[in-house]
Amino acid sequence: MSGFVREVVVTRLARGGHAMTFAGRALRDIFRPPFELKETARQVYELGWRSLPLIAAAGYAVGIVMSMHTRASLERFGAEALVPAGLALALVRETGPLVCGLLLSGRVGAGVGAELGAMKVTEQIDALEAVAVDSFKFLVVTRVVACMIAMPILTAVMNFMGMLGGWTAESAVSGMGFEAYFRAAFSLLQFSDYVPGTLKTMVFGFIIAVTASYLGVHTSGGTQGVGYAATRSVVTASILMIAANVVLVRLIFFIFPEMAE
Amino acid sequence: MNEPGPAIRLDHVSKAFGTFRVLDDVSISIPRGRATVVLGRSGTGKSVTLRHIVGLLQPDAGRVFVDDAEITALSPSELAVVRQRIGFLFQNAALFDSITVAENVAFPLRRHSTLTDGEIRARALEKLAAVGLARAAESMPGALSGGMRKRAGLARAMALDPAILLVDEPSAGLDPVTSEEIDDLLVQLKAERGTTLVVVTHNIPSARRIADTMLFLHEGRVLARGTAEELERSEHELVRKFMQSEAGG
Repeated sequence: MSGFVREVVVTRLARGGHAMTFAGRALRDIFRPPFELKETARQVYELGWRSLPLIAAAGYAVGIVMSMHTRASLERFGAEALVPAGLALALVRETGPLVCGLLLSGRVGAGVGAELGAMKVTEQIDALEAVAVDSFKFLVVTRVVACMIAMPILTAVMNFMGMLGGWTAESAVSGMGFEAYFRAAFSLLQFSDYVPGTLKTMVFGFIIAVTASYLGVHTSGGTQGVGYAATRSVVTASILMIAANVVLVRLIFFIFPEMAE
Repeated sequence: MNEPGPAIRLDHVSKAFGTFRVLDDVSISIPRGRATVVLGRSGTGKSVTLRHIVGLLQPDAGRVFVDDAEITALSPSELAVVRQRIGFLFQNAALFDSITVAENVAFPLRRHSTLTDGEIRARALEKLAAVGLARAAESMPGALSGGMRKRAGLARAMALDPAILLVDEPSAGLDPVTSEEIDDLLVQLKAERGTTLVVVTHNIPSARRIADTMLFLHEGRVLARGTAEELERSEHELVRKFMQSEAGG
């Protein structure tokens, strides 16, 4: 029994080490030519631009719901005037990046995992290598860079749409004007609120793309394996992202102590 | 005058997947500008041999040489240079399914040539016409039959006019007439361009049309080698039986 446990632990550790090496290579190859700019731009369109409707709609809905909850809480203390600023702070600092990351890990994680998995089982990755193309740079690094570019932009869209949703909910209750709402929303936001959140989403983008790519290019077992890779990509990327978020928040508070106040 | 060295050489190559030994101390020399057909029953290491030549697999033991370059010892960038001289038709064609057939053929040209877009397009259409697929240029790979995919894969393998063409099962899924046309095309490539051909097939009529030399692999070893006539007179019954088979692909 102990032999079995040892074997499982060793296998898991070896797999983890392999995945870490893969992630390290992805990070290193971002800065090494050739840069595959055309393919990267195509991936920004596929992974980023095409995620825009989902992110915008989700952001708007989250904004409405958060606004209603925030108002209900603040009303107890007679602090309804703080609803726009409170919502904006929550969105920019945490809710926007995290929700955007989770949504993208669902859409992009499953898409990349399944696409690369299908390419693997149909020998398309081998075919790329056979025509003298570095499949890692062409398939993995381009997606990693695209996700790291798309995530901050999509998060900004989510934040804006969230505030728009907040205004919609607030104006329905209090009749607050658009300009007054956004002036109030931005009144407490500082530059240091944007920077960490934006940098954090780049890390999320890296985690999502690397996880999905790793599971995709190591797919085996035909179509069943492709489905398995897609599902595992979403689950693993989401868990890793949430875990990384805890570490990143701690790190952000260390680097920007004023945010913890 | 000195004879040119072999185009490809496998030197005591062994390869196992888990406990299954696919190649067992195999040494092969493929002559330059000739057609070598690799025969054998399913699972005897024919496709694995091709994958070693293009560097998609690394041997557990032994060395692989292409034009005197030791594939097994090259850096990734050096290997990429050698690969540009090799065309590879995969058993299942392995077309990139997110781009059109014409773009598949154009893909190696876009990566490794200095041709203009117009010249690349013209070259891709020329290669597709050579395999009888000019009308399918704008189709997506998913819309093609198995045989058409195979031909498109061959057009892509020929795109850079490689000095060495590795062809895995060219007749599989093709009707007899198309199969013969593909064989004629391969023979023509060898005659006109001096292309070194390595063809894996189960189709004996096709093998007879293409081959200058045949290799028969069995249980990870080279059981017989020689011309079609020599294999017909082989001391091994399995080889003689295989050669007597007239079944296609």
